[in-house]
Amino acid sequence: MTKRVLLIEDEPNIIEAISFILSRDGWEVATHSNGHDAMDAVRRRSPDLVILDVMLPGKSGFEILRELRDDPETDGLPVLMLTARGQNKDREMAEKAGASRFMTKPFSNSDVIEAVRDLVAG
Amino acid sequence: MATLNVLVAVCLAYVAFLFAVAFAAERAALRGRTNWLRSPIVYTLSLSIYCTAWTFYGAVGYAARSGLEYLTIYIGPSLVMFGWWWILRKLVRIGRSQRITSIADLISSRYGKSNLLAVGVTLLAVIGTTPYIALQLQSVTLSFEVFADVQSGGEEIAGQGSNALLVALGLTLFTIIFGTRNLDVNERHHGVVMAIAVEAVVKLFALLAVGVFVVWGIGGGFASTLERIDASEIGMWQMSGDRWASLIFLSAAAFLCLPRMFQVMVVENEDEGHLRTASWAFPAYLMVMSLFVVPIAVVGLELLPTGSNPDLFVLTLPLATGNEGLAMLSFLGGFSSATSMVIVAALALATMVSNHIVMPIWLSANGSGVQMSGDVRNVVIMARRVSIGAVVGLGYLYYQFSGGGTALASIGLISFAGVAQFLPVLLGGIFWRGATRPGAFTGLTVGFLVWAYSLLLPSFGTGAMLSEQIMTAGPFGIGWLRPQAFFGIEGLDPLVHAIFWSISLNTFAFVAVSLITFPSPLERLQGAQFVNVFEHSQGPRSWSGSVGQSEDLMIMAQRIIGAREAQALFEREAQRQGVSGFLPEPSPDFLHALERELSGSVGAATAHAMIGQIVGGASVSVEDLMAVADETAQMMEYSSQLEAKSEEQARTARQLRQANEKLTQISVQKDNFLSQVSHELRTPMTSIRAFSEILRDSDKLSEAEKVKYSSIIHDEAVRLTRLLDDLLDLSVLENGQVNLNVQKGMLSDLLDHAVATALTGSGIDSLKVTRRRASEAVALHTDLERLSQVFINLIANAQKYCDADQPELTIEVGRTDETLVIDFIDNGAGITKEEQAVIFEKFSRVGAQKAKGAGLGLAICREVMARLDGSVQYLPGQGGAAFRVTLPDRVALAAE
Repeated sequence: MTKRVLLIEDEPNIIEAISFILSRDGWEVATHSNGHDAMDAVRRRSPDLVILDVMLPGKSGFEILRELRDDPETDGLPVLMLTARGQNKDREMAEKAGASRFMTKPFSNSDVIEAVRDLVAG
Repeated sequence: MATLNVLVAVCLAYVAFLFAVAFAAERAALRGRTNWLRSPIVYTLSLSIYCTAWTFYGAVGYAARSGLEYLTIYIGPSLVMFGWWWILRKLVRIGRSQRITSIADLISSRYGKSNLLAVGVTLLAVIGTTPYIALQLQSVTLSFEVFADVQSGGEEIAGQGSNALLVALGLTLFTIIFGTRNLDVNERHHGVVMAIAVEAVVKLFALLAVGVFVVWGIGGGFASTLERIDASEIGMWQMSGDRWASLIFLSAAAFLCLPRMFQVMVVENEDEGHLRTASWAFPAYLMVMSLFVVPIAVVGLELLPTGSNPDLFVLTLPLATGNEGLAMLSFLGGFSSATSMVIVAALALATMVSNHIVMPIWLSANGSGVQMSGDVRNVVIMARRVSIGAVVGLGYLYYQFSGGGTALASIGLISFAGVAQFLPVLLGGIFWRGATRPGAFTGLTVGFLVWAYSLLLPSFGTGAMLSEQIMTAGPFGIGWLRPQAFFGIEGLDPLVHAIFWSISLNTFAFVAVSLITFPSPLERLQGAQFVNVFEHSQGPRSWSGSVGQSEDLMIMAQRIIGAREAQALFEREAQRQGVSGFLPEPSPDFLHALERELSGSVGAATAHAMIGQIVGGASVSVEDLMAVADETAQMMEYSSQLEAKSEEQARTARQLRQANEKLTQISVQKDNFLSQVSHELRTPMTSIRAFSEILRDSDKLSEAEKVKYSSIIHDEAVRLTRLLDDLLDLSVLENGQVNLNVQKGMLSDLLDHAVATALTGSGIDSLKVTRRRASEAVALHTDLERLSQVFINLIANAQKYCDADQPELTIEVGRTDETLVIDFIDNGAGITKEEQAVIFEKFSRVGAQKAKGAGLGLAICREVMARLDGSVQYLPGQGGAAFRVTLPDRVALAAE
């Protein structure tokens, strides 16, 4: 059975790129592009993994992550965080908020695939 | 009867003339032609309000009764003028530096801005001046009656009593019109001063004319008049030493302390240098005034029937000899003396009453109302007008009730003695640092009680106020408290007795209480300011304000000194502090300056209270006290140096802390900026890297996919380049390294180009642009490329963000006084208030949709416009989003 990934990201070209490489690797990719109702999207689609950008319109990735972890249904869901602000502070914040993995943009495609595989195999 | 009518007509014409003079002077002052208004001669002449109707008519009467003693009344002021360097110069300097509005203001300001003291001084001044105003009204009425008697042959003429009322009303009107035009007393009343200067000339001329007529017309020449004088008993040189000394002292004291003298001498003074001229010119004026007094008195006594009132010789002599024209002139002289005194006295007292009694009551009645209530200016002006009416009205009532029986000179002397009670407190205040408020209060109270008890009350006549029994045996039979023989010392002239005891007890109480009490810090500061006025150029900084009160202060100041003046004052201060806009930091210096500005309008005590209400109490800093502790400095030198050092260290530490805070702030800003830049650069790079890896690693891509992905790479590379360009542009602009390429061109061409450029590549209907070409025919002389960059940005933003179904952008060109204004208004939803605050910041983007820009466009626009000496601002309340570009007028060449 194909595993499902939910990509929460607002930059259209990045959505396109990640969707392409993951679908090619055999994943079923759903996308969502704002922070407001990201939680609803997660609950509705109940993915096996979430890829979450930090800078989202409406609500930041950190907040969404915190809400995911506070909800018993999703507290164990693997989350891969992406950020374009390559600072250590962000990494620390992500770890504190309970991110499963943290990646800085720009990334190598193979790293993404590897990370996603790792996280789902868990 | 014809002459009486002529007299009334002349009187009215004269009053009309005075109005015209005052009006012309005001007009000239408004146009800035104040050179001749500010001449020392005008100042000297205005001082002549010292010579009231009392001097004009009364001096002759005085001479007829007491011989040469009348001269004392002139000697005292002359001595004060000769000694201008010591007292007057200091008073004038203090008056200017502290923006003093009256003698009550001066005393209250010196003694810690105490309103209680101001109220006291004001009441005493009113009590002391009311009889004097009554005296002036009486003299005008009397002189009218003289004419009437001659005309009607002694028959009763109806309506005589109403003369005084008419005169009182006329004077009130004049004073209100020319005395309350400006609120700020320190702006000076050019009209009033000019009118009284003219009156000074009129009265001098009139008296001289009568004198010349008496000596050469009646007396038969100089020599024969001298003989007559010798023959008369006035010629006997009977000089009673103590009475002379007391009177000279009294008139000198009154010259300094009379509210009206203080008004013309200190408040209306334009230039300290005028004192130098007045110091000889004014005594000369007095001398000329007194020149013919004795001849007139001698000839009058000789020619006129016994029992005629010597106070009116100046008038009756010409009349008796049939010279009605001269009598008319003489009448005008007396009229001038009376009117000028009443006008200035009413003005001075009204200022005191409104500032120290009405305003404090109004303020406390309105509670915290400094901010909330309407225009305080109107209240102050109303208060002043009502006070003028009240002061003149009081004088009129006094005249009505006292019946006007007493000889002119004695009423004058009683008034003099009353206001002379201010002298110890006044001189102590400007020469003695140790003088304190309780001391001043006690001294004044004691002085006035003694004056009232020993001089004022007995003057109403034995049995009127004080019973016969008190007069002869003392109150409750206590002999040493007899009103005219304190401590059983008898045989003194009652006036000398009263002056001696009131001033000595006043001074004694003032000094004694000052010595045993301790001045408050504020008093201490003010004391140093006053006593060392020539050394201290800077005021004490007794306020410590906190940020956020500036707006309240501004609201208050606008209501008191007027919106325009207040805004100018605040803006100037803000500029001086390097703050943009209208609200400076309420620094102690600024608060002090503001207080002084306000005190020019409402007096020191009220201004202090008003600022205190907003800022919340004054605190006197150690530095301030240190600055004024001159005398003790030697003893305390070592310790004060230590303190100064620790002060300095504290100051340095404070400065370091501030610098550190600033650096931290800058560092945080820099971090934020870098992290923003990093984000903006990494985002396009992510797409570029991901797609280039896809292109590199996959063989199975279709041709269409290849094209699509490589064009994404291309677009992102372009976006990256644009971002870098923008960043560089911004950095160049912010560092001010930009070179402007100034050219000439038409605004309409520039807008054509901008619209075309901004809308390239989008559908034709994507944004409808409405313009009014006629208004765009403006030739520009500026950096056209940069300006065009701003226009393009604004138009492109409208195209990107306008969310209306049929987006439309209106470009309106207009002009205000000094600026060319170009508005860009779209019909979308506009920008919320929170977002308006940040749109011009770097990397700020509006709304949820992430448009292509990096959020630098408006930041660049703002920088560009700043370089072009213009501005770009968000214009709220226009329906849609609206931006206003302004350019200074000189950029727009007149080509319409």
